[in-house]
Amino acid sequence: MTAALETLGLGRRYHTTWGLRDCTLLVPEGTVTGLVGPNGAGKSTLLRMAAGLSRPTAGTVSVFGSPVHPNGTDHLGRVGYLDQFHPLYRYFSVAEMLAVGRKLNSRWDDASARKWLEDLAIPLDKRVGRLSGGQQAQVALTLCMAKRPDLLLLDEPVASLDPLARKRLLQALMGTVADRGTTVFLSSHIISELEPLCNYLIVLSASRVQTAGSIDDLLANHRLLVGPRRDQPPDGVEVIDVTQTSRQTTYLVRGVAPTLGSDWQSLQPDLEEIVIAYLTKGETDGAPPIPVDADSDPKGGAA
Amino acid sequence: MEDQPIIQFRLDRHSGLPVYRQVVDQVRQALRLGVLRPGDQLPTVRDVVEQIAINPNTVHRAYLELEQQGLIEGQPGRGTFVRRSLPGFTSQTAALQRRLEAWFRAARAAGLDDEAIDALIASTKRSSDTEEAK
Repeated sequence: MTAALETLGLGRRYHTTWGLRDCTLLVPEGTVTGLVGPNGAGKSTLLRMAAGLSRPTAGTVSVFGSPVHPNGTDHLGRVGYLDQFHPLYRYFSVAEMLAVGRKLNSRWDDASARKWLEDLAIPLDKRVGRLSGGQQAQVALTLCMAKRPDLLLLDEPVASLDPLARKRLLQALMGTVADRGTTVFLSSHIISELEPLCNYLIVLSASRVQTAGSIDDLLANHRLLVGPRRDQPPDGVEVIDVTQTSRQTTYLVRGVAPTLGSDWQSLQPDLEEIVIAYLTKGETDGAPPIPVDADSDPKGGAA
Repeated sequence: MEDQPIIQFRLDRHSGLPVYRQVVDQVRQALRLGVLRPGDQLPTVRDVVEQIAINPNTVHRAYLELEQQGLIEGQPGRGTFVRRSLPGFTSQTAALQRRLEAWFRAARAAGLDDEAIDALIASTKRSSDTEEAK
């Protein structure tokens, strides 16, 4: 499995708390990989470091096998990064934004960019600040895609959009994946939205990776076991989450129990149930954030 | 009209079914209903991706499964075409439907509500499936 993005023990500290800690993960080349986690889990921190916009406090991050150096330019041509706030120059016209992209990027595809904007009925002579939120997001994504990156990093790309703008943006994104085989790494906290887009998923909680894998494997490897109340799970499975009532016990487990008593009911959980189980586990295992030893923090971690 | 795809896929986010399975089921349903017929061209992967914003690999996978079932065939450089149809509704279906309607009337008259009817159908289907398997 070739890695489009790989991190090893990656961490970023903001003063006394870690925004991301001990993060080791791999985004396989050619996948659309979803990054799920609650607010504050470290998703944006991770994506910013992958884009070279933020300096790691610990560990390494590499893109297509080459280490990303903060403020370095080597990886920039191959990586497109879209911030969740779709930053653009408000007082530039759309055409001027395209000119900026053309001048700053060696692999710029101006013809496709113009065609996308025309399909979306976004006028080139209009000032960016006068476009709707959905149109601004489309312009920002168009700029990202016109770079023809091999890896697209998208931070909550549709969070601020209305349903129609959301659909159009995701259609354009999946079209690019179909045409160019671009690897996409995108964050969201809405699992039902990620499921149709992604074939690989990484669950981040309490600034650590809780689980990662192909969505097919995640679904195949987990079961919901429901039965009369008890305190011991069946042998041979790893319990991710447990819910108890006075009469009933529900385990969400990884693995398949070799023998299962007949009073257990074994059900297929959906992706959302699996992800929520890992998020719950992350909260229980990971909280509270570990304070940093003051002696080992000479600079306070400003980027 | 020729340029328009023959079928339009739908994505049901709450069905609990994997997306590739939904695509497979929708093609099979269209074959049963005669919406898709042998020789018809299926939408390209690119078209499906644009229609419902799903991962292109999912469409590849669904088409591969339908190809393995012998229902469709990819022709390099031309597209994907329907090879054969599936048995659809016949005169027998209509007779079966009338008997089923009579059964539903009897069930309601016996005081069963929708939930009880669904449960009875599901459990009867399960036990008759096991009978057949024996």
